[in-house]
Amino acid sequence: MTVVKSILGKVTGIAFAILVIASINFALVHSAPGDPALVIAGQSGATDAQFIEQIRRDYGLDQPWYVQYASYLKKVVTLDLGYSIRQRADVSALILERLGPTLLLTISAFLLSLIGGVFFGALAGLRQGSWKDLAISLVALILYATPVFWLGLMLVLVFSINLEWFPAFGYANIRAASFSTWHYALDVAHHLVLPALTLAAIYMAVYTRLMRASLIEVAHEDHVKTARAKGLTEGRILRGHMLRNAAGPVITFAGLQAGALIGGAVVVETVFSWPGLGRLTFDSVTARDYPVLLGLFLVMSILVIAINLLTDLIHRLVDPRIGAR
Amino acid sequence: MSQFLKTFLRRPAGAVGLTLLVLVAAMAIFAPLIYPASPWEMSGIPFSRPGENGMLMGADTLGRDIAAGVVHGARVSIVIGIASTLTALLIGVTLGCIAGYAGGMVDGAIVRFTEIFQTIPNFVLAILLVAILTPSIGTIILAIGLVSWPPLARLTRAQVRSVSTREFVQAARCQGQSTLSVVVRHVLPNAVSPIIVLGAMTVAAAILIEAALSFMGLGDPNFMSWGYMIGAGRTVIRQAWWMSVFPGLAILTTVIAINLVGEALNDALNPRISRA
Repeated sequence: MTVVKSILGKVTGIAFAILVIASINFALVHSAPGDPALVIAGQSGATDAQFIEQIRRDYGLDQPWYVQYASYLKKVVTLDLGYSIRQRADVSALILERLGPTLLLTISAFLLSLIGGVFFGALAGLRQGSWKDLAISLVALILYATPVFWLGLMLVLVFSINLEWFPAFGYANIRAASFSTWHYALDVAHHLVLPALTLAAIYMAVYTRLMRASLIEVAHEDHVKTARAKGLTEGRILRGHMLRNAAGPVITFAGLQAGALIGGAVVVETVFSWPGLGRLTFDSVTARDYPVLLGLFLVMSILVIAINLLTDLIHRLVDPRIGAR
Repeated sequence: MSQFLKTFLRRPAGAVGLTLLVLVAAMAIFAPLIYPASPWEMSGIPFSRPGENGMLMGADTLGRDIAAGVVHGARVSIVIGIASTLTALLIGVTLGCIAGYAGGMVDGAIVRFTEIFQTIPNFVLAILLVAILTPSIGTIILAIGLVSWPPLARLTRAQVRSVSTREFVQAARCQGQSTLSVVVRHVLPNAVSPIIVLGAMTVAAAILIEAALSFMGLGDPNFMSWGYMIGAGRTVIRQAWWMSVFPGLAILTTVIAINLVGEALNDALNPRISRA
């Protein structure tokens, strides 16, 4: 019964969040300076009076605001995100086409940062005050203050321009169409290394600092002392009694950071010409293609909610106490 | 106060951070004296390398002096960082105070609202806001402020909740003081120190968001900014590394300085926590 109730609570929570996000979108279009029809048409591009009139009719802009609001929400529910006049395509189709690369990038970066953060944080926290701890903490401090897009450019400078180890941009080789499946996957992975590393590095810094603090705290707890008194080896104490407990808060925090991760993906994809939602955001900003931007905001917010659910799941796997409750 | 200063400066973080911050602030304040000409003006041969033609950090694709841009860029970063944090503080502290002091249904509603705002990808919302409201210093400050308040609201709420149960607050209430006066005169002053620390960290985060916005081409076109310089230099990074490296170092230094000062402030203002 409690499971049903908790799922029901989650679903209403998500529905409510989407409602709020859609409302922000609606409010934005109508608070923009000037005519909302012009916003929908895109700033320059179409200024044909007849065309604007048609948009006004299509979007019901001549109706009172609550009618427009209701019809907008109805469209969101049916995943109709409007039409991009600049790209001559449905916004939902444009977004769907770009979803895969973004998922690949953000999920790899997310897992990489979480694993790296837990690893380096544990390494630093275990030997508090050692040179390892100092080195890790210093690197984390610097990375935490680095603009993501600049880090990407610096990695390009070193690893693709000087060392020529990884490609500087793109998703796959131009001749990728002729590759076998296996070869193609390798090629994409090769292209993925720098963008994923860039996006992961910043969050890895955050998680490292958190894991370090969390592990130091756990180390002083009674159950760890008991384990030591029982004569367990340090390795077993770490694996059996400290790591899982210490990683809990890190994973919870990582879930909260999902929104920032998606935001980071926007600039990383821009730097590396990664053909995902972020690159589409940059192109739409440059072209002032508002219907696409509004749709992107909605879809990316839903993506964040999905990542939150995923971290919840990871947390349950790592820390069985949560499922038992 | 001297005790506070001593604790602040005893840790290397405080001293280093403060020195760097003073340096960046001096750059911002004296920019028109150091480089009197507009940073947008051509002052040498395009693509000059650092040190060539009297330009310390080289020139960009149009022959503009990178060093002049870096010095003038400090102004935009600092002004936007501080102003947008003040905006975020205004929203966050107000909502946090109401939620924490009122409790009950009001509290529940505000907490829910804050959680949803925290879920939203804040950089994407900032892009949307600036793009639709058209880029200018004002809209950038507003956008960054509007996406940065949730952590401040949560912290303020927690602080206000714990302070408002204390006896001196009850005493003030028993004297018949108005709710507003109790909150502003008695609760907030005793809840404020962690909020100041988080505020400092918010300035650093705001500077990073501003840099990313202007990198995306959403900066105020009237002011030279670090993010814009990196965005403009990135297409020619193969030939001219200096165009993106120096402005990036400027951002990095500023943000590290603020974070270090924030950490030292935390130790000085909350000695109990840091000693534990």
